Amino acid sequence: MAATREIRDRLKALATGRLEGRSGRAYWRSLEELAAEPAFHDQLLDEFPSLEPVLGSRSRRDVLRIMGASLGLAGLAGCDFGPPQEKALPYVRAPEFEVPGDPEYYATAALLGGYALPVLAETHVGRPVKVEGNPEHPVSRGATDLFAQAAVLDLYDPDRSGATTRLAQISTFDAFQIDLIGRARELEGRRGSGLALLTGAVTSPTTLRLIERARERLPELRWFVHEPVGNARRHEAARLAFGRILDLHPRLDRAEVTLCLEADPLGPGPAQVPNARAWVDQRRAKMAHGELPKLYVLESTPSLTGAKASEALPAAPAEIHNATLALAQHLGIGGIEAPELPLHLRAKVLEIALALERSGEAALVMPGAHLDPQLQALVFRINQQLGGLNRTLVATLPVEARPEVGENSLPALAGAIRTGEVDTLLILDSNPVYTAPADLDIGDLLQTVPFRVHVGAYQDETAALCPWHVPLAHPFETWSDGRAVDGTASVIQPLVRPVRGGRSMHEVLATLAGEPQAEPYEMVRATWRRVLRGRDFEPAWRQVLHDGFAEGTAAETQSVEARPVEAPPPKKPGAIEAVVRPDPSVWDGRFATNAWLQELPKPFTKLTWDNVVAVSPAFAVEHRLDNGDLVDLSAGVRRVRAPVWILPGQAERTLTLHLGYGRGRFGGVGSDLGYDAYRLRTTDELWVIEGMIVQAADASMPLASTQEHHSMLGHHLVREIGIGELAAGRSVVPKEHHRPTLYPEWDYETYAWAMTIDLDACIGCNACVVACQAENNVPVVGKEEVLLGREMHWLRVDRYYSGEASQPHVHFQPIPCMHCEKAPCEMGCPVNATVHGPEGLNQMIYNRCVGTRTCASYCPYKVRRFNFHDYTADEPPTLVARRNPDLTVRARGVMEKCTYCVQRISAARIEAKKEGRRIRDGEVVTACQQVCPTRAIVFGDQSDPDSMVARAKASPRDYALLAELNLRPRTSYLAEVSERPAGDHRLEGEVREF
Amino acid sequence: MATVHPESLTAPSVDYRSVTRDVAAVPLAFPSPRAWWIGFGISCVGVLIFLVSAFWLFYRGVGIWGINNPDFWGLAISNYVWWIGMGHAGTLISALLLLINKGWRNSLNRFAEAMTVFAVIQAGMYPILHLGRPWLFYWLIPYPNTMTVWPQFKSPLEWDVFAVGTYLIVSVLFWYVGLIPDLAGVRDRAKRRVWQVFFGLLALGWRNSAIHWQRWQVCYWILAGLALPLVISVHSGVAMLFAGGLEPGWHTTIYPPYFVLGAVFEGFAVVLLISITLRHAFRLHHLVTDRHLDMLAKLLLAFGLMTAYGYLFEGFGAWYSGDLYERQTLQDRLSGDYAWAYWGAIALNFVVLQACWFRAVRRSAAALLAIGAAVTVGMWLERFMLVTTALYRDFLPSSYQAYVPTFWEWSLFLGTIGVFFFLFFLFVRLLPMISMFEIKEVLQEEARGGHRAAPS
Amino acid sequence: MAQIFSRAADTYLRVVLIGLGLLVVGLLLLAGGLVRSDYLTGVGKQIDQPVPFSHRHHAGQLGIDCRYCHDTVEVAASAGYPPTYTCMTCHSQVWTNAEALAPVRRSLATGAPLRWNRVHDLPDFVYFNHSIHVQQGVACLECHGRVPEMVRIYQAETLHMSWCLDCHRHPAPHLRPPEAVFDFDWRPPKDAEALGLRLVAAQGIEPENLDSCYVCHR
Repeated sequence: MAATREIRDRLKALATGRLEGRSGRAYWRSLEELAAEPAFHDQLLDEFPSLEPVLGSRSRRDVLRIMGASLGLAGLAGCDFGPPQEKALPYVRAPEFEVPGDPEYYATAALLGGYALPVLAETHVGRPVKVEGNPEHPVSRGATDLFAQAAVLDLYDPDRSGATTRLAQISTFDAFQIDLIGRARELEGRRGSGLALLTGAVTSPTTLRLIERARERLPELRWFVHEPVGNARRHEAARLAFGRILDLHPRLDRAEVTLCLEADPLGPGPAQVPNARAWVDQRRAKMAHGELPKLYVLESTPSLTGAKASEALPAAPAEIHNATLALAQHLGIGGIEAPELPLHLRAKVLEIALALERSGEAALVMPGAHLDPQLQALVFRINQQLGGLNRTLVATLPVEARPEVGENSLPALAGAIRTGEVDTLLILDSNPVYTAPADLDIGDLLQTVPFRVHVGAYQDETAALCPWHVPLAHPFETWSDGRAVDGTASVIQPLVRPVRGGRSMHEVLATLAGEPQAEPYEMVRATWRRVLRGRDFEPAWRQVLHDGFAEGTAAETQSVEARPVEAPPPKKPGAIEAVVRPDPSVWDGRFATNAWLQELPKPFTKLTWDNVVAVSPAFAVEHRLDNGDLVDLSAGVRRVRAPVWILPGQAERTLTLHLGYGRGRFGGVGSDLGYDAYRLRTTDELWVIEGMIVQAADASMPLASTQEHHSMLGHHLVREIGIGELAAGRSVVPKEHHRPTLYPEWDYETYAWAMTIDLDACIGCNACVVACQAENNVPVVGKEEVLLGREMHWLRVDRYYSGEASQPHVHFQPIPCMHCEKAPCEMGCPVNATVHGPEGLNQMIYNRCVGTRTCASYCPYKVRRFNFHDYTADEPPTLVARRNPDLTVRARGVMEKCTYCVQRISAARIEAKKEGRRIRDGEVVTACQQVCPTRAIVFGDQSDPDSMVARAKASPRDYALLAELNLRPRTSYLAEVSERPAGDHRLEGEVREF
Repeated sequence: MATVHPESLTAPSVDYRSVTRDVAAVPLAFPSPRAWWIGFGISCVGVLIFLVSAFWLFYRGVGIWGINNPDFWGLAISNYVWWIGMGHAGTLISALLLLINKGWRNSLNRFAEAMTVFAVIQAGMYPILHLGRPWLFYWLIPYPNTMTVWPQFKSPLEWDVFAVGTYLIVSVLFWYVGLIPDLAGVRDRAKRRVWQVFFGLLALGWRNSAIHWQRWQVCYWILAGLALPLVISVHSGVAMLFAGGLEPGWHTTIYPPYFVLGAVFEGFAVVLLISITLRHAFRLHHLVTDRHLDMLAKLLLAFGLMTAYGYLFEGFGAWYSGDLYERQTLQDRLSGDYAWAYWGAIALNFVVLQACWFRAVRRSAAALLAIGAAVTVGMWLERFMLVTTALYRDFLPSSYQAYVPTFWEWSLFLGTIGVFFFLFFLFVRLLPMISMFEIKEVLQEEARGGHRAAPS
Repeated sequence: MAQIFSRAADTYLRVVLIGLGLLVVGLLLLAGGLVRSDYLTGVGKQIDQPVPFSHRHHAGQLGIDCRYCHDTVEVAASAGYPPTYTCMTCHSQVWTNAEALAPVRRSLATGAPLRWNRVHDLPDFVYFNHSIHVQQGVACLECHGRVPEMVRIYQAETLHMSWCLDCHRHPAPHLRPPEAVFDFDWRPPKDAEALGLRLVAAQGIEPENLDSCYVCHR
């Protein structure tokens, strides 16, 4: 609706040199500042090449620009009165097999912490629009996490670095190469001594190969690895326990009794998707036999795993440490000095120990990846004692390249710099100045290195301190490769030519290795000749490009034996401890400029646009703290001021700090958000900061949370059924007998679309929310608007607590449109803008909507979203190209809501019609359903009794939300299942509102 | 047929000549210019505020208001209901009392009707102003279009469009037809040419002939007959806009009568305010007597008590239904974030009202002025409370969200009040604000009833 | 006292009042007519194109099939505009130096696409899919008129929503056997009525569902 008009505005804006003033929301205010900069003009010119001589299209990668051109011209023409005379720009040479209007899919991969998550990327005439999981891939199995979903937005991020700079002046990549080549020659003279590389975790075979090449030329090159949220301690623990570095993979699909000690296998991270799938597979398998796998969690701060646990016990890090020792002791592992432990924990440990012993080989004890390596090693030993090692906890060769340097890598680098051993430093896709422990003063040290290069996607803190900065291309922009958590190797193929002119890391490394001319494509192929050793290369390569990964390249499993390790001494609980965690939305800060992730309500706090210090309700009472109150945290000399948030289930005297915020001025989206927790970390206190001093700063700040209330206030919104009842064939609610209604009955001759959401399987990971946002062009509104309660997410995940605030049960409930059979909204709309469709869809027609908002007022689920402002027109022009062209862009003053991804239904229907058949079951997959790691969402035609959704609705766990209103929603829920013998126990008890 | 009453409706001094003189004097030789000019000036400022608020609203969209998800309506709709409510007493007084021949109305009906018309105009503007895309408001009107799409006739909002539209037209006609004989009267007394032409045109060539009177009578009574059911239907329609939804606190069958009664109640309060002010400003104590006030006060009391019954029954219904959500909303109204609105409404509407049991109060202009003002505010609080408390906490606790009106919502409200007074000031300045001929009818009746000497 | 108005005043007044009434009605009718007029719908409006391409010559006289240039009409939502290459397949041989074709040659040389002015331009919130219409037997002619007789292509129909719905609600009279879709000389048989109904049945077309909003709007 608004597309061309928007572009027109943008171009007018360009002409006058500024975006027209839609101020008021910080999110865009800074964008307007940006617009005043000449750099922004260039960027707009990139976006609309029509304004400069078009270079012509040689491949699909050029089409992005042509697209821009056609839109842009539409805009220019539209300056006169009335609708613009739209132009049509055909190809000059049409790319083969390209059908304008039909999406194409390319197998590639998204990266998180160096690990690849294979995806299929959907492109429309050359513009990447959406990614889906790769169904064939053993790790993805069709699902992705929220970060992969959001990756496509980064591609168009106007804040990404767009130019090679030397001393903050625009330079060229060639100039850089020349400089680097010169430097390399010099280094060659002294066999590369003084040269240091700093990278994040690396799984890319090509990167590895190129570094090896460089090493052949410069043997004394030193390579340091710094991953802010990595596996260093896990590897260290493996070294202690098994004498060598290994990756350890929990096999939740085999475990019957699991104990997580600060471990969060279902939480965000590279392994979330496979772990979640394994967990749900096992849970469903057991459920079929009338049992449930047991999952105990000892955690200092609520985690997604804890939310799904049979029992989650909040405990201070020190207590968890001691509990682990107690457990080991109980299992008869020698050499452990008796730890002190509060009575309830001691009893609980005993109970858990017995349960673990009983299940023997099917037992699994998982240590948190950031726990003290010694303790983790002890836990491996415990697994061996129980018999689960190599079964429920499997070791493989490490997937990461050069893991041996570990967590001390950065301190080692610092040391080397201090002693003057480093005079040339290449920082590749790492931001130590922001992410390094505070005590290293890495910033000051860096500046003592004469030749410093930063290769990164952003002009970030590190770039600011490096004479040379080279913009790093997005994974979807250049040829590369990587390995998934299981080691399976994927080729990462580009979908579009660098939007912001970024370069591949390989090009830099190749230059260092003396091959400045090498093309990324050739480099990757060269590597893969090795990876695909022993196969006929060309066909094998094509196969890999098609599949997105190479069969049988998973890391080799190792049968291991944990040797006795010296157990760490018990800890003395009591002091206030702070645990450090990556942020569930922006991870270690690398997604700070991603508007989708910033506005994504975090699983427990439902906060957007900020990070907080999580405190327990008891702690809040004790210190008279309320949500949003600012406190001064000090550990030693280091101080930070941050807002607190009261979090049920938080260990009483433990604070939780989340990384990734406090960047200061960082682009249009990421500026001035939250506080910087990195400032409080030191090399020896990276994950737990002991003796933290908290002082209330009698000031507070507004925090934008999308859900103010905790409890269900006695309503049965989330339901639960005991496994016993389930086995006995009882159902959670009496099977739906339709109450009488005054409204006419619909008859559906064709299809009856419906959805079920399995609350037992939902882990609240938020992937569906981001997927929906990407698929349906859901606008981002900014913190101020969220504060007003105007977030636009079509699909939200409600979070409720029951039980005690100190140890609550957490319930996640995704809420899309319910597509009621007897929809109140349809009755309310005076202009027929929302009507009942012949397939039972509750249709919302934006272009008919006049915005009376009656439908939304009438909606009991409040799933309708209103464009209070012209949100879409306020979005930066670069994001316009990202939009899914298959559905309307909504303008100011219209209502919108979940449509069951009607664009996908229409596409399927048209295809089916052409082939003269019905739409097959599973042919229409909604965005939320497709992305879900636990397959919690099922969609389909409920009029077909064999369809997956019909079968799901036949389940005794199936119930309708607010069924008493007799609206007969098409979306229904499958109740949670608990070990409890009967009824809604876990749902009883109200968590006090704070 | 005549109302024979121990006490005359107008002061003894009043006769045909004096009535015409006093009333016609107002437009022709304006007696109290200073006060009028001040009032008019202030109302002009109000109009300005309205124009600014409306312009900014159209330019930036409803986002400038405090409305959000779930509070999609807020002030715009509660003000709409408040204004339309005010527009009820006028028609009710004139039409109903005309049809049942209650002569005492004749001193009040004229400006009561004016009030109705002006209030309905304000009410009519709100639904358009609150639209997300106001420039498409005409889609609410059924007309043959190139989309072959029609309005959705099941929607209460759609019916509001018709109801309010019809009501506005009928009230304007009723008011104007009632004016014609007096316009002629003023025309004939006008000395200056401009006034003669002005009133001459408006009087549509009324010549006081018997046939004129006879046709006029028929027409006027028909309009009265039309207007009366509309009073009921309009506000019932408005009530259905809420009762039609499932929201707890809205979804109840008592809403239509509850709303109509409340509206009339509010209307009478405003009539009180106006009549007292006018008679004071233009020294019309002999035409609008204490007895009129007494009548009005009794009506106010009656409708107030009926409205109070509505309150009680709404509460009882919520409790008796046993519906968790209904009870929750009831409790929330009594003790929630907006309890001030609920208790404010109770206090200003019903507590203060009880004073009307006393004759002394009913005959004290000052006291009634205070009570009228209290009820006017009280009813506004009630409308605000009804709209907001239902929405800000409905079914899923996850979507609970408070609502705080912004400056622009208040300024627009202030603006509409300004427009209302602007029109009203013009009315008292330009038109005979009291029905001369109908008062003469009363004199006639009373003469015939022997309560006074036959007027000369 | 002098009369204020002349005797005729009443008459004038009546005339004025009636006149006003008529004026309002007239304006409404005018507006209604205007939105349906070619002036606003653009029917028959001939727009200048960068290249004076004649459909009459190519599709009519030379009898080149529509699909030669609009090659995705059977498979995709968009019928597709021919890439410069398609033009040059012939024009590298014939009319190689024609002045009129200079823009085409320039496009090929510089790689800058030709910039055609869109003639059939639906609003952005309408999702029309060529392939399904063609497949179901809706002829080009139905919407695009007698293209082979157009020198400069122009809009033959109003493209109003009501016009779309006419066919979506009563498709039978507008359908042809699939093989006749691209044939501009096809004459309906005598039993056109019956044929239409047969086709509706054969294609599994559901007129009762074809006016559902989500068929065209998303």
